[in-house]
Order: sequence, then structure tokens, then C-alpha cells
Amino acid sequence: MKRSSTITLAHGSGGRATRELIDSVLLKHFGKPDQSGLQDQALFAVEAQARLAFTTDSFVVNPLFFPGGDIGKLAVTGTVNDLAVGGATPLMLSCAMILEEGLELEVLEQVVQSMARTAEEAGVSIVTGDTKVVERGAADRMFLNTSGVGLVPHGVHIASYRATPGDQVLVSGFVGDHGAAIVDARGELHLDIPVQSDCQPLNGLMQVMLEACPDLHCVRDATRGGLATVLNEFASDSGVCLGLEESRIPVREVVRGVCELLGLDPLYLANEGTLAAIVPGDATEQVLEAMRRHPAGREACRIGEVREAPGQTVLLRTPFGTERVLDVLYGDQLPRIC
Amino acid sequence: MQYVNEFRDPEKAQVLIREIQGLTEELGATSESPIRIMEVCGGHTHTIFKFGLEQLLPDSIELIHGPGCPVCVLPMGRVDDCVALAEREEVILTTFGDAMRVPGSRKSLLQAKADGADVRMVYSPADALKLAQQNPEREVVFFGLGFETTMPSTALTVLQAASEGLSNFSLLCNHITIPQTLQALLDTPDLRIDAFIGPGHVSMVIGTEAYGFIAAQYGKPLVVSGFEPLDVLQSVWMILRQMQSGRCEVENQYRRVVPDSGNPAAQNAVAQVFELREFCEWRGLGSIAQSGVQLRKEYAAFDAEHKFRVAPQQVADPKECQCGEVLQGRIKPPQCRVFGTACTPQTPLGALMVSSEGACAAYYNYGIGRHPEPQAA
Repeated sequence: MKRSSTITLAHGSGGRATRELIDSVLLKHFGKPDQSGLQDQALFAVEAQARLAFTTDSFVVNPLFFPGGDIGKLAVTGTVNDLAVGGATPLMLSCAMILEEGLELEVLEQVVQSMARTAEEAGVSIVTGDTKVVERGAADRMFLNTSGVGLVPHGVHIASYRATPGDQVLVSGFVGDHGAAIVDARGELHLDIPVQSDCQPLNGLMQVMLEACPDLHCVRDATRGGLATVLNEFASDSGVCLGLEESRIPVREVVRGVCELLGLDPLYLANEGTLAAIVPGDATEQVLEAMRRHPAGREACRIGEVREAPGQTVLLRTPFGTERVLDVLYGDQLPRIC
Repeated sequence: MQYVNEFRDPEKAQVLIREIQGLTEELGATSESPIRIMEVCGGHTHTIFKFGLEQLLPDSIELIHGPGCPVCVLPMGRVDDCVALAEREEVILTTFGDAMRVPGSRKSLLQAKADGADVRMVYSPADALKLAQQNPEREVVFFGLGFETTMPSTALTVLQAASEGLSNFSLLCNHITIPQTLQALLDTPDLRIDAFIGPGHVSMVIGTEAYGFIAAQYGKPLVVSGFEPLDVLQSVWMILRQMQSGRCEVENQYRRVVPDSGNPAAQNAVAQVFELREFCEWRGLGSIAQSGVQLRKEYAAFDAEHKFRVAPQQVADPKECQCGEVLQGRIKPPQCRVFGTACTPQTPLGALMVSSEGACAAYYNYGIGRHPEPQAA
């Protein structure tokens, strides 16, 4: 039978077409399981004392491909990073796909290839999954979900409530690149700007940071809601004030320009490979040095410090020496009229 | 970023602040009896809060945040008109992003979209026109709003629709005009405003001469200003210089963008397509004579009000709201009885909490009146 070039409802039937899809696209790139064959679950052994980290995330980005990444790369890095920023070494991922009838197989294969490549880069395996096909119009081409497990080493305790006065606030690189790249890739504005998504796994970077200082207090990747939202979570959960220097926060000129044009604030734009960390004051230099030696942290810098008061607040010191509150937005940023 | 960074130089700001301080002392202004300057435009309000300019200025200058945010002053009844249109099966309703969240008496456009109405965000009216060309079986309505800044692009889009003979494109017009609104404000009894920072982008279209009456008849200096922090500070300085030398004029600080005579091509397009409305409804300010425009009869085929027989709905502002008093400089946003309690950016009751450029939303989002006030260095 000639292989169909698009996804049909038969691919979701559980019958032969489903099996063909799994063999010819998914296992081809994700790798075949060992002698245990394809079971309904993946099995793995863990040491009795280890702490497991477990996370899940869904991906519905439009468009599927954008400068610097695609939905597949995003699905792997998203879950790997959620594990990594908790101090876990990511081990295994699941991948569930909801495909819209009519999706080109070629597109699916490109996405799966990208997932496999990113998983390899991050040193994780995709060990279990599921595929469903829905009727045309019931999904937007392709939705992905990945879940992941990782192991947290002893002595590591990273949590959003651990920021303490005297700690320093670090960021691993330029903020806002992903958000700006997506605005551009949607093509509605015909901007054609030279900016790529920062989409990348952060587990390697986290490893060197933990080697430099096992007692990192708070770390999060600044995804939806951007840097401003993540820092507000730290301030709020820890009951402290984060005092930031606006001029120290790295934002590319081109991203700044897009934001000026549309009335957006880069501090609320999504990132997919940039983290914010709160580290004990005396470990700041070692951590920063280690970050800058790693490719994912070359632009790492200190952007502020943790103070006692006013609690649960992020304050931004402007280049004019004035201060203002950096709050959490209620919904998405909307471009302004004029 | 060229044309931006130069106007954000903290050292130059310090020089201006020192000059401003000297001038206010010379003029005898104090914190008890300050010089009150209204920045008309929401873009200026945004800059003032984003850069914390009020913390830099001496207490003897009080900034009053004006009505110049077209999203804020959009009346509830008009949002209701939009929602009713959007809920019609055949209609694709298009508008600018920040108009989507403005509450109507039933719902906002964002809620209408979630409930199944076909509402789409566009970046320009030309995008709406393109949608009409691509969807000949649907009726595309562009909800046009804004001051004179956005009026010309709407006018040109209507002209283009007319020249192409498009029959499925129409405009629901809520364009409003600045000079008439300022006049209404100036006619308020017991108004406590000494001078104006005039809008930059509106003036790029209408020119600076349109404000002549403010200086000549009402005796208030006005300086048309750019939107960067140094622009705003320099405009304050220019106002004080006028006061010091006993002048009362319209001056243009934003010469790099605003010609004194405005943009004649844009003015022609506007005049061709639009005429003044007898009355226009504003959230927070009520009905103001001739403060808005409507399509001329010749373009009735593109007028959504005419085409869909929209009977403009009037919905009174909530009683608790004190937006009018904030706009007239009588109270500061945190002094309003519902600020931060019944009225927040999530659930705005009044005009000034609706868009991020409104004075109350700016106070709220930048934490003023909610937290202990941050101190300048």
C-alpha cells in the first residue's frame, strides 16, 4: 500500500495505519525500545533513596516552525528545562501527540526529527508516547504534550520560596528573544527582524551552576509571562523584595526596537532557553563564572538583589535613578493603538 | 536604538531637572501651591510612569494625567454596539489589540470572542480591508477608534474600499478629536490646571495651530511634546520658561516629528471622509459637543451604523466612579473611593483603569498607592 502523504483518521484508529506511523516516523527517530518490545508503559530502575522530579507541559505554538526552533524542539526543551531548573537531572520523557486530520506527514516527520535531535542534545530519551488523530478543525495541525522524570541529587533544594535578603538575582542571557521571534514568525507585521528564539535545553547549564554552588535558592526558566512574572513568583513566594537594575537586564537592540514599535515590554515576553536564578550572595561570582563558560549562559549577568522590604514586590530602578514596581500582568500583552 | 537612546540620557535629564527646580523656585511654586500641568496624551502618562519622572520633578510641580487615551474613554454603550455586531453570524469584527479588553455592560470583545463571536485583532485598518477581500461571503466590520493619530489611516482605508467597490467592508466609527475635548475640559468650572503638555502624534496630523485658542482665549501655555523622558522634561521646562518670561503660547518641542501645519495630505483624507458628530459620548467625561467624527453621507455604504442599523446605546458610567474628578485634577487616582478595590485593571469600572495608558491603571500597575511609595535615589 502506498504510504499516504497526510495524516488521516486511520492513523489514529489503533490499527495497522497507527502501527505503521509509529514504526515509520516515531520509532525511526526516537529509537526502538530494548528487547522488552513496545509495552503500554516504560520501565526504569531507580535507587531507593533518590528523589524523583516529575513534570508535564503541552505545546500549541502557532506557527509550528519559527526562527530558532519548532514545536518539537520546544516540547523537549520545555519539559527538560522544567526538570532542570528544579535541580533534577532529566532522564526520560513521554510524548503524546494530537494530530489534525490532513497534517502533512512530512511536517510530522520534521517535528519528530527535531524532537529526537533535541533529546539527544539534552541527553534524555523519549521512552513512551501516544498518538491521536482528530477531525479537521478540531485541532490546529498538531498539539504536543511531553512529560518527564528526573532525579534530584542529595543536598539540592531549589524552590521559589527560598529567596533571602542578601541573595543576588541572575539571568542566564538575553530576554525576550523567543517572544519577539514568534511575533515576527506570525508574519502579520512583516518586520523580518534578525532575531531567533532562544529555545534550548538548560540542563547542562544547570549542572555547571550546581557544581559551582549546590545551594542555589530559586531557579526558573522565564517562559510564559517572561522574566517579570518569574521574578514576581520568587518575591511573592519568599515574601521578599527583589530590587532590579533596569540597565543591567540584557535585551537585544532589535528586541527592544520591536517592543518600542508595538508598545510591548520585553520583560513580559516569553523565553524558552533563559533562566532566572537567586543565589546566595557569597556564591554569586563562582556561579556567574561557571554560567559564562557554558554556551547557554555566555551572556549571564547579575541584575539585582534580594531585600527585605517591601515584601512580595519587584522594584525596578530605572537609569534615571527612580524606582517603579514591576508587576504581574493580568493577561497577555496587547499591542497599543498609538 | 537611534532616535530613542538620545532622548533617554540620564545625565541630560539631571541638567533639565536642575533647571526646572530653579525655575519653580523663581516662580514661587511650592508643594502646597504647585504648578499644575496636564499631560493630555496617554503616551505621555505611560512615559512618566515608566521612567518615574514624577519622582525626579520637584514637589512644586504636579502632573495631572489627561483624557488622551482613546481606549480609556471608549464608552460602555459603544463596546455594547461592537459586541452586538460581532455576535451576528455573518460578521468578522476587527479592531486594535487594546480595545479588546474594554468592558461593555454585558461583556468585552475578548469575552465575546471566547463565546464564539468572530473577533480578530488587527494592526491597521488595511489588515481589515484585506480580510474583506479574502472573505467575500462575510461582512468585515472595522471598529475604528483613536484620536486624530489613527483617523487618517481609517479614512484612507475607506477611500480604498470605495475605489475598489468593496461591498462587504464597513467601519464602526469611534474616532474622537482632541481640541474640542480640551475646550470642554477648559470650560469646567473651577478647573485647576495651569498649562498643558500637548499630544505629539495627534499634532503630527493636525499641526500645532489647532491649539491656538488654549493660549489665546484660556490663557494656558501648551507645549506639544515627544514621548521620550527627555522630551517630557524639556516640555515642562519650556512651559516654566513661558511662565517666567510672562508669555502664554503654543510651542512645539517635538519638531523632529511635528510640522507646525501638520500633515496636509492626512488632513485632506480625513476631511474627505469624515464630518463632525453633533455629540460624542466619552467614558468618564460624558457627552461632549463635536468631539468625534462620523462618515459623511457619500460614504454611508461603508458605515456600519447605517448598514446594520446600529442604534447607539447609552450606558451610564458606574456611579461609584470618580474618573471625571481625576481627569480634572481634583483628586489623585488612589483617592478615588473604588481605586484598587472594586476597580482594578482586571475588573475596571472607570475609564482610567481600562488601558495601561490610563492614569489609574498606571498608578495601579506601577504600584503607586498600593505599596509604600518607592523613593528616588
